[in-house]
Amino acid sequence: MSGLLMPKPDDATMRRRDEIVADMRIIVPGEGVVDAANSMRAFESDGLTAYRQLPLVVVLPETVAQVSRVLKYCNDRNIRVVPRGSGTSLSGGALPLEDAVLLVMSRFNRILEIDFPNRIVVAQPGVTNLGITTAVEQEGFYYAPDPSSQIACSIGGNVAENSGGVHCLKYGLTANNVLGIEMVLMNGEVVRLGGKHLDAEGYDLLGVMTGSEGLLGVVTEVTVRILKKPETARALLIGFPTSEQGGQCVADIIGAGIIPGGMEMMDRPAIHAAEDFVHAGYPLDVEALLIVELDGPGVEVDHLIGLVEAIAYRNGSTTCRISQSEQERLSFWAGRKAAFPAVGRISPDYYCMDGTIPRKELPRVLHGMRELSEKYGLGVANVFHAGDGNLHPLILYDANVPGELDKAESFGADILRLCVKVGGVLTGEHGVGVEKRDLMPEMFNQIDLDQQMRVKCAFDPNHLLNPGKVFPQLRRCAELGRMHVHRGQTAFPDIPRF
Amino acid sequence: MTTFTAATTAETLATVAWAAAEETPLEILGHGSKRGIGRPLQTEHTLDLSKLSGVTLYEPAELVLSAKSGTPLAEIETLLAENGQQLAFEPLDYGPLLGDEKGKGTIGGVLAANLCGPRRLKAGAARDHILGIAAVSGRGEAFKSGGRVVKNVTGYDLSKLMANSWGTLAVLTDVTFKVLPAAETEVTLAVRGLLDDHAVAAMALALGSSAEVSSAAHLPERVAARVAGGSLGSTAATLLRVEGFGPSVAYRIAALKDLLGNAGPLEEISGEISHSLWRDIRDCAPFADGLEKPVWRVSMAPAQGHQMVLALRMQAAVDAFYDWQGGLIWLRMEHGDPEADLLRGLVRQYGGGHATLVRAAPSHRAAVPVFEPQAPHLAALSARLKAEFDPKAILNPGRMA
Repeated sequence: MSGLLMPKPDDATMRRRDEIVADMRIIVPGEGVVDAANSMRAFESDGLTAYRQLPLVVVLPETVAQVSRVLKYCNDRNIRVVPRGSGTSLSGGALPLEDAVLLVMSRFNRILEIDFPNRIVVAQPGVTNLGITTAVEQEGFYYAPDPSSQIACSIGGNVAENSGGVHCLKYGLTANNVLGIEMVLMNGEVVRLGGKHLDAEGYDLLGVMTGSEGLLGVVTEVTVRILKKPETARALLIGFPTSEQGGQCVADIIGAGIIPGGMEMMDRPAIHAAEDFVHAGYPLDVEALLIVELDGPGVEVDHLIGLVEAIAYRNGSTTCRISQSEQERLSFWAGRKAAFPAVGRISPDYYCMDGTIPRKELPRVLHGMRELSEKYGLGVANVFHAGDGNLHPLILYDANVPGELDKAESFGADILRLCVKVGGVLTGEHGVGVEKRDLMPEMFNQIDLDQQMRVKCAFDPNHLLNPGKVFPQLRRCAELGRMHVHRGQTAFPDIPRF
Repeated sequence: MTTFTAATTAETLATVAWAAAEETPLEILGHGSKRGIGRPLQTEHTLDLSKLSGVTLYEPAELVLSAKSGTPLAEIETLLAENGQQLAFEPLDYGPLLGDEKGKGTIGGVLAANLCGPRRLKAGAARDHILGIAAVSGRGEAFKSGGRVVKNVTGYDLSKLMANSWGTLAVLTDVTFKVLPAAETEVTLAVRGLLDDHAVAAMALALGSSAEVSSAAHLPERVAARVAGGSLGSTAATLLRVEGFGPSVAYRIAALKDLLGNAGPLEEISGEISHSLWRDIRDCAPFADGLEKPVWRVSMAPAQGHQMVLALRMQAAVDAFYDWQGGLIWLRMEHGDPEADLLRGLVRQYGGGHATLVRAAPSHRAAVPVFEPQAPHLAALSARLKAEFDPKAILNPGRMA
C-alpha cells in the first residue's frame, strides 16, 4: 500500500520461525497453530483490505492460560504479537506483521453467564456483538451498541475499538455498556478490571482499554450490561432542499430536548445510489435526507413524532413520511443500511472515511468536500450519523486506474484535516489503526502523543503488542521516561506566589 | 507551607514544573469539598485551582460544555438549568456528609472523583460524559486528550483515565463534558413497607421492564424518615424514578403500578418532594449527621448487596440504605470502628465489588486503606501508570494509597 511504513521485521525472529511454530504447538496443541502460507491467507488483512501481510504464524488459543503462555513466551523472546477478533476493523487494527504472531481469539466463542436480575451477560471475547443480543432476546433484552458489522464483529474487538453504531446517540458507545473485562498483559499477567458492579476502584483502566486498539492487552472475557427492548420504534423520513436545512432540523430536534434512538442523514449522491439499489422509495429531488427513529413506549413515540414533524416543517422539509408499520420503518432504513454496497455498485471501489465534527459545521464541511472532490477529480457520497456528528464520506475511485488509490487516500486525508480544523476529530468509531496513524499529528502535538505512548509503556514497555498501529512514530519507553527538568530556568525560580 | 493560586493554565504549568524540578509534593485543590476523602496528605505546598475558573464554551444545540477546571459546579448547573439542560450523571455533593456546607465543589473535582448519582444506572458517571481534557502531568508537561465531540476514538482515552484519579496523575486545567436535556417531568413511585430482600426483587422487576426506570433506591425502615424533610414518614420506601415527557411518564408509572401491584402499598410522589428525595439519596443525607461515625460507599452487583449487608449485621452494628437497584450500598458503622477487613471480606464473598471509606476520622483514614485494595498484578500496573504520569510522585502523593 502507498507509502505505509511498518516496523522493520526482526531478523532474529524471522530466522527462528520454525522453532517458534514448534513451541506454539506445544502451548496450543491440536489445530490451534496455522503456519502454511495458503492457510494463513485468510488472515492476511482485516476490513481494510487495501493492506495485506502474511503473519509469522497464526495461533488460535482456547484458554486464558494458553493466551497467557503465548504472550509470556513472546515477551521473553522479544517477539511481536498482533491480536485479532473477527477481523472486521476498518482501520487496519488487525493487520498482521511479517515477524509477529497473529493471536486470533475466535475460539473464545462462548457466552459464560446470563444474569437477568443484574441485567448482565458475561461473554468470551470471540462472541459476536449480535450473538449477545441473540442470547437474551427471548426474554426481551438486547445489547445496545450496534456497529453495522454486528453480525460478524466480536465483542472483544468492540472493546478494542470502542465500537459505536446507529443507536449510540441515545444508548452510548461500547465504553458506556461494558462493566468489566479480564485481560492478559504482554508479560502474561492476567488482570481483571471491573465486574458486575459499577465503576471499578482505582484508575479507570477499563476506560483506557476500551478503544486502545489491541496495543495494551488481550481481552479474554467481557461483562456487558443488557437493556430491555423498547416497546415500540417508529421512524420519520424527511427530505430537505439543502443540507443546511437538514442540519438545522437536527439541531432543533436536540434543542427541543429530544434524543432520538437514531438520527441519520444522507446527501444526494448517497440517496440516489441507495434508491437505485434497494428502491426504498426515497425522494430523489432533495439534497439531504434525514431518518429520525424514536423508540420507547408507544405513547411517547407518538408524542415525539408530532414534535419532530413540526420541527421538520419549520425547517422547510419538502417531504416527510412517518412509518405506519414495522415493515415501513424497516423500509426507511433499508436504503441507509445498504448505502455502502449501493455506492459499491456505482463505483469500482470506495474508500470509507470516519471523521466527527461539531454538527453545526456540517454545511461548511460538505462544501469543503465538494471543493476537494473537484480538486481530486473523484466523487464522494456522504452518510452521516447526524445526531452525534460522525461523518462517513465514501470516496469513489477505481483501484485499477494507476494513481487513483493514492489520490483517494490524499482526498481522505484532506477531509480528515478539515474535520480537525472545524473542531472535530480524525475518527469517530473506526479507529486509528494503520489507516489514520500518520495523521495523528494533525490532532495531537508531540507532548500529547508522548503521554499516550507512556500509557503504552506501563502496559507493554517493549512495544511488542500490535506495534505500528495508532502511533506515527514509536519512541523507546526509556527515552519517554526521561524527565527533562530545567532547574532554575522556570519562570518562578524563587517559589512563585500568584 | 505555600499556597500557589493559579488563575491560568500557564501559571498551573509553571507551578507543577517548578515542583517537579524541586521534587516537592503538591496538594491539588479545587474547593476542598472532598478533602476529607482519602488518606490525609502531608504536603508542604498546595496548588489551589479555585481561581482557574470560567465556562469557555457552551453550545446547547451541540450538547457540549467546556470549562476551566476550577469552575464551580454550582455555576455550571445553574447555567445548564437556564437552558433546560443538565449533567445527566447527577454529581453528588459530598459537603453535607463530610460536615461541610452544601453547593461547593469544582467541575475538575467532579471528574477527578468520578462523581455520579442515582441516575448512574441509566446515565452513567462523570467518566461516561467526559469528552476531552487539558491537563498538566507530574512531569510538568501540558497535554490534551479527547475533543469536543461525542463520538471520538482518536488515540487513548486519557480523559477517562482522569476519572477517579483524585489528582494523582495530572492537574486538570480544562474539561469538556457532554450535556443533555433535562427531563420535562419526573415522578417517583414508592412501594412501602418492604424488607430488603423483597425490595431488591421489586427493583429488579422494575428495571427489567420496559418502563425505563432511571433510578431505583431502597430506604429501609427509619432511614426513610431522613430524606425530603421527613415527608415519606419512617416506613420503608422502595423508590422508582421515571423521567421524560409527560404522557410517557404517566404511561410508564401506570405500567409499573400494574407490575408491582402485589408487592406492597404504592404511592406516587412528584414535584419538589420527588426532586428533594433523590437529591438527599444522592448526597447520602440519611448519614449526614454531623458525626464522625465511619461511612462506607460500596458498589456490588445489585442482587447481591443486601445479602452482604445481612451477613455484616451478624457481626457489626450498621445502618444501611441502597441506591442503584441495590448495587450501591451506603453503610454507617454505629460503633465507630470501620471494620474494613470484615466488610471487604464479605464483599468478596458475595460476588465482589469495592468499598470506599468516604467518611472517617483522620486516624482511621491514615490506618485503613480508604480505597479498595487491588489485586497484585493490577496494583503493579496502576503503580507503573502513576510513574509514567508523575515519576517524582509530586501530585497528591499517597492520597489513593
